[in-house]
Amino acid sequence: MLVGQQQRLQDDIREIVAQLGRDRSALIPVLQELQKRHATVSDFAMQVVADELGLHPAEVYGVTSFYAFLRQPAQGRFVFRLCRTLSCEFEGKSRVARQLENDLGIGFGQATPDGRFGLEWASCLGLCDQGPALLVNERVYTRVTPERVHEIIDECRRTFGAHARQAGHSQVEGGLS
Amino acid sequence: MMIADSKRTPLTFDSVEPESGLRAALAMGRADIIGEIGASNLRGRGGAGFPTGTKWNLAAAARVRAGGAKYVVCNADEGEPGTFKDRVLLAAHADMVFEGMTIAARAIGAAIGILYLRSEYVYLRPHLEAVLARRRDEHLLGADIGGLAGFTFDIHVHMGAGAYVCGEETALIESLEGYRGEPRNRPPFPVDTGFQGQPTVVNNVETFAWVVCILSRGAGWFKATGTGKSAGYKLLSVSGDCREPGVYEAPLGLTVAELLARVGGEGAKAVQVGGASGVCVPASEFGRRIAFEDASTGGSIIVIGPDRDMLAVARNFMEFFVEESCGQCTPCRAGNAKLLEGVERLERGECSTGHLQELLALAETMQLASKCGLGQSSSNAFVSIVRHFRNEIMGRALAH
Ligand SMILES: Cc1cc2nc3c(=O)[nH]c(=O)nc-3n(C[C@H](O)[C@H](O)[C@H](O)COP(=O)(O)O)c2cc1C
Ligand code: SF4
Ligand code: FES
Repeated sequence: MLVGQQQRLQDDIREIVAQLGRDRSALIPVLQELQKRHATVSDFAMQVVADELGLHPAEVYGVTSFYAFLRQPAQGRFVFRLCRTLSCEFEGKSRVARQLENDLGIGFGQATPDGRFGLEWASCLGLCDQGPALLVNERVYTRVTPERVHEIIDECRRTFGAHARQAGHSQVEGGLS
Repeated sequence: MMIADSKRTPLTFDSVEPESGLRAALAMGRADIIGEIGASNLRGRGGAGFPTGTKWNLAAAARVRAGGAKYVVCNADEGEPGTFKDRVLLAAHADMVFEGMTIAARAIGAAIGILYLRSEYVYLRPHLEAVLARRRDEHLLGADIGGLAGFTFDIHVHMGAGAYVCGEETALIESLEGYRGEPRNRPPFPVDTGFQGQPTVVNNVETFAWVVCILSRGAGWFKATGTGKSAGYKLLSVSGDCREPGVYEAPLGLTVAELLARVGGEGAKAVQVGGASGVCVPASEFGRRIAFEDASTGGSIIVIGPDRDMLAVARNFMEFFVEESCGQCTPCRAGNAKLLEGVERLERGECSTGHLQELLALAETMQLASKCGLGQSSSNAFVSIVRHFRNEIMGRALAH
């Protein structure tokens, strides 16, 4: 990483910590905000967070690696999380999975080389009556079919850039749209 | 029997007057609030079914450690496979959930409330924050709530980060404190030593909503529905092979068959009650009741149609537990992996009867020796599938 980039990341982390606090209980919110801004929590970032919160880096690593939404081996701007639990399996999640792999050109647990897309399995997303369910960053897609996969990826491509991380219109029945 | 479909029929929560529960609570003494909840026989809606009145009594009696405060935590981690009723409640009745938390705060003397929201529900957060802001404007949160001098309480939202085990209350507290979500030994219980070492009440989203209804309508009204050991109504999240999946409100004690008739799942081969950690009820036992004393559930009902492979069901659940075990204790960490291996052997048609017996013995060990509810219940589905579908899962040909 370039020195200038490192400096920017460091400044960013200081800003987040100033906002969320230095208590141990702020650790996970700090990591979440960091990930939201940078799509990834790098080793260097964990080191800086540790310094800022007065923790050993191993502590920060221990927490990051514990949580599926922080761990994220496939770190991309858009992380696709397809539910693999029973009700979505019944609704045909395997075929959606295959199409995601085909259209993104990567497997589960991987990211595209340009860092745009990551593909992950998720445990039950709480949308079991509307499966197969897919979470893309903070946006939800329900009743996903292999045919729709292409359209969803396109939607991400179009919003790539400044507004990429903003919560989109989710289409949840009985929920909030 | 009245089973309400949340998409078409009003639920009890739609008919209870907003803030009527809180108004009633503010006119009562603390002990009387807890007395009313105790008298209603309300049991926790998150799965374990602990009596809510008893929990609050313990937290009310517990002493605050120097310089701190008591806490009320709403468990919105909703990770049990097949459960989505808390999502619907938070989307449609967030005010009622916060009202219930405020009543709990009054009852136990808490100053701070936290809603622990699973990260999968992050899209609900803007709505929840907006409701909280409005409640502050309306003096339903903050200082001197409802004009009651000295009653100060506020609520904030804390996001989870993707870990099923964090729904377990002590793991949830670890996560709130910024640690890995590894369950603690109990005792001490959160009512005594909870968040930041202070007395903490942790209740499920739905439990708080029922608290409001009970204070509004009275313990007698609540108790009049359900069975002796399972009072009141319960939200059920129904998914799987049925014509009308969704969230239903039903009196506890209804039979599996009655529910299936309502949701259009009559031809089912089995029903998984209670999610991955629940039990698999075969068609021959559809007369069983959905209640704490029989087939118990935190809300998950998954209908399994006649053409499904029960071994595929077992595999899906075992993969879930291998992924979600926190790995802290050996019976759970190693046991779930062993059971999954066993399922794979069965799939290949390579599991001897003797080995199957060993797997069942291992399952029993896991139930007895695991540290938390995850490992204690993760083998339930496997065991009930082996018990009821032995003939279907054994002796498979390789090509299957
Ligand atoms: C592995 C595991 C996961 C749990 N997940 C949840 C959950 O997502 N939501 C919930 O309310 N309770 C969950 N529980 C139960 C909680 O530990 C606790 O009993 C509950 O939040 C208490 O609230 P209640 O009495 O109102 O049900 C879980 C328990 C275990 C062992
Ligand atoms: S039973 Fe499983 S989830 Fe619970 S503490 Fe042990 S390893 Fe962790
Ligand atoms: S099983 Fe996929 S959302 Fe619940």
